[in-house]
Amino acid sequence: MVDLAPGATVRVAAMMPPGHVRTPAYLRGKVGEVERILGPFGNPERLAYGLEAERLPLARVRFTMREVWGAGAERPDDTLDAEIYAHWLEPA
Amino acid sequence: MPHDHHHHEGTSPSGHPYRADQDGPLTYWQAMEVAVRELLVEKGVVTADQVQRQIEAMDARSPADGAAFVARTWTDPDFAALARRDATAACREMGFDPGTMRLIAVENDEGTHNVVVCTLCSCYPRNLLGLPPDWYKSREYRSRTVREPRAVLREFGLDLPEGTTVRVHDSTADMRYVVIPRRPDGTDGWEADLLAALVTRDSMIGTGVARVPS
Repeated sequence: MVDLAPGATVRVAAMMPPGHVRTPAYLRGKVGEVERILGPFGNPERLAYGLEAERLPLARVRFTMREVWGAGAERPDDTLDAEIYAHWLEPA
Repeated sequence: MPHDHHHHEGTSPSGHPYRADQDGPLTYWQAMEVAVRELLVEKGVVTADQVQRQIEAMDARSPADGAAFVARTWTDPDFAALARRDATAACREMGFDPGTMRLIAVENDEGTHNVVVCTLCSCYPRNLLGLPPDWYKSREYRSRTVREPRAVLREFGLDLPEGTTVRVHDSTADMRYVVIPRRPDGTDGWEADLLAALVTRDSMIGTGVARVPS
Protein backbone atom coordinates (compact mmCIF):
# COMPACT_ATOMS: atom_id res chain seq x y z
CA MET A 1 0.00 0.00 0.00
CA VAL A 2 1.39 3.36 -1.00
CA ASP A 3 1.97 5.90 1.77
CA LEU A 4 -0.24 8.91 1.09
CA ALA A 5 0.56 10.94 4.19
CA PRO A 6 1.23 14.61 3.47
CA GLY A 7 4.88 14.95 2.51
CA ALA A 8 5.17 11.37 1.19
CA THR A 9 6.92 10.95 -2.16
CA VAL A 10 4.80 9.21 -4.79
CA ARG A 11 5.00 8.33 -8.47
CA VAL A 12 2.05 8.58 -10.85
CA ALA A 13 1.55 5.27 -12.63
CA ALA A 14 2.74 5.36 -16.24
CA MET A 15 -0.22 3.39 -17.57
CA MET A 16 -2.41 4.45 -20.51
CA PRO A 17 -5.82 2.83 -20.00
CA PRO A 18 -8.72 3.79 -22.27
CA GLY A 19 -11.87 5.47 -20.92
CA HIS A 20 -12.73 8.44 -18.73
CA VAL A 21 -9.52 9.00 -16.78
CA ARG A 22 -8.84 12.07 -14.61
CA THR A 23 -5.04 11.67 -14.50
CA PRO A 24 -3.45 14.04 -17.02
CA ALA A 25 -1.13 12.24 -19.43
CA TYR A 26 1.64 14.82 -18.91
CA LEU A 27 1.96 13.74 -15.24
CA ARG A 28 2.11 9.99 -15.77
CA GLY A 29 5.40 8.52 -14.55
CA LYS A 30 6.26 11.76 -12.68
CA VAL A 31 7.30 11.92 -9.02
CA GLY A 32 5.82 14.42 -6.60
CA GLU A 33 5.02 15.03 -2.96
CA VAL A 34 1.58 14.59 -1.37
CA GLU A 35 0.33 18.06 -0.40
CA ARG A 36 -2.89 16.92 1.29
CA ILE A 37 -5.36 14.07 1.21
CA LEU A 38 -8.98 14.59 0.16
CA GLY A 39 -12.02 12.42 -0.24
CA PRO A 40 -12.77 9.59 -0.32
CA PHE A 41 -14.58 10.16 -3.61
CA GLY A 42 -16.14 7.67 -6.03
CA ASN A 43 -13.80 6.42 -8.74
CA PRO A 44 -14.64 8.62 -11.78
CA GLU A 45 -13.45 5.91 -14.16
CA ARG A 46 -16.51 3.88 -13.12
CA LEU A 47 -18.93 6.71 -12.31
CA ALA A 48 -18.59 7.96 -15.90
CA TYR A 49 -20.22 4.77 -17.15
CA GLY A 50 -22.91 4.52 -14.47
CA LEU A 51 -21.08 1.64 -12.77
CA GLU A 52 -20.88 1.09 -9.06
CA ALA A 53 -17.80 3.00 -7.93
CA GLU A 54 -15.51 2.26 -5.02
CA ARG A 55 -14.59 5.26 -2.89
CA LEU A 56 -10.93 6.19 -3.09
CA PRO A 57 -8.65 8.68 -1.37
CA LEU A 58 -7.72 11.61 -3.62
CA ALA A 59 -4.25 13.10 -3.18
CA ARG A 60 -3.20 16.60 -4.11
CA VAL A 61 0.30 15.96 -5.39
CA ARG A 62 2.83 18.76 -5.87
CA PHE A 63 5.38 18.39 -8.66
CA THR A 64 8.25 20.68 -9.52
CA MET A 65 8.30 22.04 -13.07
CA ARG A 66 11.78 20.48 -13.30
CA GLU A 67 10.25 17.04 -12.70
CA VAL A 68 7.38 17.58 -15.14
CA TRP A 69 9.19 19.29 -18.03
CA GLY A 70 12.84 18.41 -17.46
CA ALA A 71 15.56 20.69 -18.77
CA GLY A 72 12.99 22.62 -20.82
CA ALA A 73 11.12 23.87 -17.74
CA GLU A 74 10.30 27.56 -17.86
CA ARG A 75 11.33 27.92 -14.18
CA PRO A 76 12.46 24.65 -12.57
CA ASP A 77 11.43 25.55 -9.00
CA ASP A 78 7.88 26.63 -9.84
CA THR A 79 5.35 23.97 -8.93
CA LEU A 80 2.31 22.25 -10.30
CA ASP A 81 -0.37 20.68 -8.06
CA ALA A 82 -2.90 18.15 -9.34
CA GLU A 83 -5.46 15.83 -7.77
CA ILE A 84 -4.60 12.20 -8.39
CA TYR A 85 -6.69 9.19 -7.29
CA ALA A 86 -4.99 6.70 -4.95
CA HIS A 87 -5.03 3.80 -7.44
CA TRP A 88 -2.81 5.86 -9.76
CA LEU A 89 -0.09 6.39 -7.13
CA GLU A 90 2.92 4.18 -6.44
CA PRO A 91 5.69 4.48 -3.85
CA ALA A 92 8.71 6.36 -5.22
CA MET B 1 -38.81 48.94 -47.38
CA PRO B 2 -37.30 46.92 -50.19
CA HIS B 3 -34.82 44.32 -49.09
CA ASP B 4 -31.56 45.02 -50.81
CA HIS B 5 -29.50 42.01 -51.58
CA HIS B 6 -26.21 41.84 -49.71
CA HIS B 7 -23.72 39.14 -50.33
CA HIS B 8 -21.64 38.69 -47.21
CA GLU B 9 -18.40 37.65 -48.76
CA GLY B 10 -15.13 39.52 -48.94
CA THR B 11 -15.18 42.73 -46.93
CA SER B 12 -17.95 45.06 -45.80
CA PRO B 13 -18.18 48.65 -47.11
CA SER B 14 -16.15 49.69 -44.05
CA GLY B 15 -13.38 47.31 -45.03
CA HIS B 16 -13.88 44.66 -42.34
CA PRO B 17 -14.30 41.00 -43.19
CA TYR B 18 -17.83 39.68 -42.70
CA ARG B 19 -18.26 37.37 -39.78
CA ALA B 20 -20.07 34.13 -40.52
CA ASP B 21 -23.56 33.80 -39.01
CA GLN B 22 -23.77 31.30 -36.18
CA ASP B 23 -26.65 29.33 -37.66
CA GLY B 24 -25.05 26.10 -38.77
CA PRO B 25 -26.69 22.74 -38.08
CA LEU B 26 -26.59 21.33 -34.53
CA THR B 27 -23.51 19.32 -33.68
CA TYR B 28 -23.91 15.70 -32.63
CA TRP B 29 -23.65 16.61 -28.92
CA GLN B 30 -26.00 19.59 -29.19
CA ALA B 31 -28.61 17.31 -30.75
CA MET B 32 -27.97 14.78 -27.97
CA GLU B 33 -28.51 17.47 -25.29
CA VAL B 34 -31.80 18.58 -26.87
CA ALA B 35 -32.99 14.98 -27.19
CA VAL B 36 -32.14 14.07 -23.58
CA ARG B 37 -33.70 17.28 -22.25
CA GLU B 38 -36.91 16.69 -24.22
CA LEU B 39 -37.09 13.09 -23.00
CA LEU B 40 -36.62 14.14 -19.36
CA VAL B 41 -39.43 16.67 -19.72
CA GLU B 42 -41.68 14.24 -21.60
CA LYS B 43 -41.22 11.53 -18.95
CA GLY B 44 -41.90 14.00 -16.15
CA VAL B 45 -38.43 13.77 -14.55
CA VAL B 46 -38.02 17.56 -14.72
CA THR B 47 -40.21 20.33 -16.07
CA ALA B 48 -39.15 22.75 -18.80
CA ASP B 49 -39.67 25.49 -16.23
CA GLN B 50 -37.20 23.88 -13.80
CA VAL B 51 -34.58 23.61 -16.56
CA GLN B 52 -35.11 27.27 -17.44
CA ARG B 53 -34.86 28.36 -13.80
CA GLN B 54 -31.62 26.43 -13.35
CA ILE B 55 -30.13 28.11 -16.44
CA GLU B 56 -31.22 31.50 -15.10
CA ALA B 57 -29.71 30.76 -11.68
CA MET B 58 -26.41 29.85 -13.31
CA ASP B 59 -26.44 32.93 -15.56
CA ALA B 60 -27.18 35.14 -12.55
CA ARG B 61 -24.03 34.09 -10.69
CA SER B 62 -21.12 36.48 -10.96
CA PRO B 63 -17.65 36.99 -9.53
CA ALA B 64 -19.23 39.36 -6.97
CA ASP B 65 -19.70 36.51 -4.46
CA GLY B 66 -16.06 35.52 -4.86
CA ALA B 67 -14.96 39.13 -4.37
CA ALA B 68 -16.95 39.35 -1.12
CA PHE B 69 -15.40 36.05 -0.01
CA VAL B 70 -11.85 37.34 -0.66
CA ALA B 71 -12.52 40.72 0.99
CA ARG B 72 -13.71 38.96 4.12
CA THR B 73 -10.51 36.90 4.30
CA TRP B 74 -8.67 40.25 4.28
CA THR B 75 -10.70 41.73 7.13
CA ASP B 76 -11.64 38.76 9.32
CA PRO B 77 -8.73 36.56 10.53
CA ASP B 78 -11.04 33.82 11.84
CA PHE B 79 -12.79 33.63 8.48
CA ALA B 80 -9.41 33.58 6.70
CA ALA B 81 -8.36 30.62 8.86
CA LEU B 82 -11.60 28.79 8.01
CA ALA B 83 -11.12 29.54 4.28
CA ARG B 84 -7.61 28.04 4.42
CA ARG B 85 -8.84 24.96 6.26
CA ASP B 86 -12.19 24.37 4.51
CA ALA B 87 -13.15 26.85 1.81
CA THR B 88 -16.45 25.05 1.15
CA ALA B 89 -17.51 25.68 4.76
CA ALA B 90 -16.33 29.29 4.42
CA CYS B 91 -18.65 29.70 1.39
CA ARG B 92 -21.58 28.49 3.48
CA GLU B 93 -20.55 30.82 6.30
CA MET B 94 -20.92 33.71 3.81
CA GLY B 95 -24.41 32.48 2.92
CA PHE B 96 -23.30 31.31 -0.56
CA ASP B 97 -24.67 27.91 -1.49
CA PRO B 98 -21.73 25.81 -2.69
CA GLY B 99 -24.10 23.17 -4.10
CA THR B 100 -21.99 20.15 -5.01
CA MET B 101 -18.87 22.31 -5.36
CA ARG B 102 -15.94 21.43 -3.08
CA LEU B 103 -13.63 24.40 -2.84
CA ILE B 104 -9.96 24.95 -2.01
CA ALA B 105 -8.67 28.49 -1.50
CA VAL B 106 -5.03 29.08 -2.41
CA GLU B 107 -3.48 32.22 -1.05
CA ASN B 108 -0.92 34.50 -2.65
CA ASP B 109 1.75 36.02 -0.44
CA GLU B 110 4.88 38.07 -0.89
CA GLY B 111 6.80 35.18 -2.43
CA THR B 112 4.03 33.08 -4.02
CA HIS B 113 1.61 33.55 -6.89
CA ASN B 114 -1.09 30.94 -7.56
CA VAL B 115 -2.87 30.34 -10.86
CA VAL B 116 -5.68 27.89 -11.67
CA VAL B 117 -6.29 25.89 -14.84
CA CYS B 118 -8.14 22.73 -15.82
CA THR B 119 -6.15 20.90 -18.48
CA LEU B 120 -8.65 18.05 -18.88
CA CYS B 121 -11.79 20.12 -19.49
CA SER B 122 -12.75 23.46 -17.95
CA CYS B 123 -13.55 22.86 -14.25
CA TYR B 124 -14.27 26.21 -12.61
CA PRO B 125 -15.82 27.26 -9.26
CA ARG B 126 -19.07 28.35 -10.95
CA ASN B 127 -21.06 28.48 -7.73
CA LEU B 128 -18.71 31.16 -6.43
CA LEU B 129 -17.48 32.96 -9.58
CA GLY B 130 -20.26 32.39 -12.14
CA LEU B 131 -19.56 31.17 -15.66
CA PRO B 132 -15.91 30.97 -16.73
CA PRO B 133 -14.51 33.37 -19.32
CA ASP B 134 -14.22 31.85 -22.81
CA TRP B 135 -10.42 31.96 -22.74
CA TYR B 136 -10.39 29.74 -19.63
CA LYS B 137 -11.88 26.97 -21.78
CA SER B 138 -9.51 27.49 -24.70
CA ARG B 139 -7.03 24.79 -25.62
CA GLU B 140 -4.26 27.38 -25.58
CA TYR B 141 -4.84 28.55 -21.98
CA ARG B 142 -5.31 24.98 -20.78
CA SER B 143 -2.18 23.58 -22.39
CA ARG B 144 0.21 26.53 -21.96
CA THR B 145 -0.58 27.44 -18.33
CA VAL B 146 0.97 24.21 -17.06
CA ARG B 147 3.90 24.40 -19.49
CA GLU B 148 4.86 28.09 -19.38
CA PRO B 149 2.75 29.88 -16.77
CA ARG B 150 5.00 32.93 -16.61
CA ALA B 151 4.72 33.52 -20.35
CA VAL B 152 0.93 33.16 -20.13
CA LEU B 153 0.74 35.57 -17.17
CA ARG B 154 2.87 38.12 -19.04
CA GLU B 155 0.33 38.02 -21.88
CA PHE B 156 -2.32 38.89 -19.27
CA GLY B 157 -0.16 41.88 -18.33
CA LEU B 158 1.21 40.32 -15.17
CA ASP B 159 5.00 40.42 -14.96
CA LEU B 160 5.92 38.72 -11.68
CA PRO B 161 8.97 39.77 -9.68
CA GLU B 162 12.04 37.57 -10.11
CA GLY B 163 11.82 36.07 -6.62
CA THR B 164 8.16 35.01 -6.83
CA THR B 165 7.39 31.29 -6.99
CA VAL B 166 4.51 30.35 -9.30
CA ARG B 167 2.23 27.56 -8.15
CA VAL B 168 -0.03 26.21 -10.88
CA HIS B 169 -3.12 24.27 -9.79
CA ASP B 170 -4.48 21.81 -12.35
CA SER B 171 -8.09 21.24 -11.35
CA THR B 172 -8.10 17.59 -12.42
CA ALA B 173 -10.74 15.93 -10.24
CA ASP B 174 -13.28 16.77 -7.53
CA MET B 175 -12.03 20.07 -6.11
CA ARG B 176 -12.48 23.59 -7.45
CA TYR B 177 -10.04 26.42 -6.75
CA VAL B 178 -10.21 30.10 -5.92
CA VAL B 179 -7.11 32.26 -5.55
CA ILE B 180 -7.00 34.72 -2.65
CA PRO B 181 -4.97 37.58 -4.10
CA ARG B 182 -2.81 39.79 -1.87
CA ARG B 183 -4.54 42.73 -0.26
CA PRO B 184 -3.34 45.86 -2.06
CA ASP B 185 -1.20 48.36 -0.18
CA GLY B 186 -2.88 51.59 0.85
CA THR B 187 -6.13 49.91 1.98
CA ASP B 188 -5.57 49.91 5.75
CA GLY B 189 -8.81 50.31 7.63
CA TRP B 190 -11.00 49.79 4.54
CA GLU B 191 -14.34 48.07 5.02
CA ALA B 192 -14.93 44.71 3.30
CA ASP B 193 -17.49 46.21 0.86
CA LEU B 194 -14.99 48.73 -0.42
CA LEU B 195 -12.22 46.12 -0.62
CA ALA B 196 -14.43 43.73 -2.63
CA ALA B 197 -14.52 46.28 -5.46
CA LEU B 198 -10.76 45.75 -5.86
CA VAL B 199 -11.08 41.99 -6.34
CA THR B 200 -11.36 41.14 -10.02
CA ARG B 201 -12.44 37.85 -11.53
CA ASP B 202 -8.98 37.35 -13.02
CA SER B 203 -7.33 37.93 -9.64
CA MET B 204 -9.34 34.98 -8.32
CA ILE B 205 -8.25 32.76 -11.24
CA GLY B 206 -4.68 33.96 -10.78
CA THR B 207 -4.24 35.57 -14.19
CA GLY B 208 -4.34 38.95 -12.47
CA VAL B 209 -3.89 40.64 -9.11
CA ALA B 210 -6.26 42.81 -7.09
CA ARG B 211 -6.69 46.40 -8.24
CA VAL B 212 -4.59 49.05 -6.57
CA PRO B 213 -6.74 51.91 -5.24
CA SER B 214 -6.27 55.09 -7.26
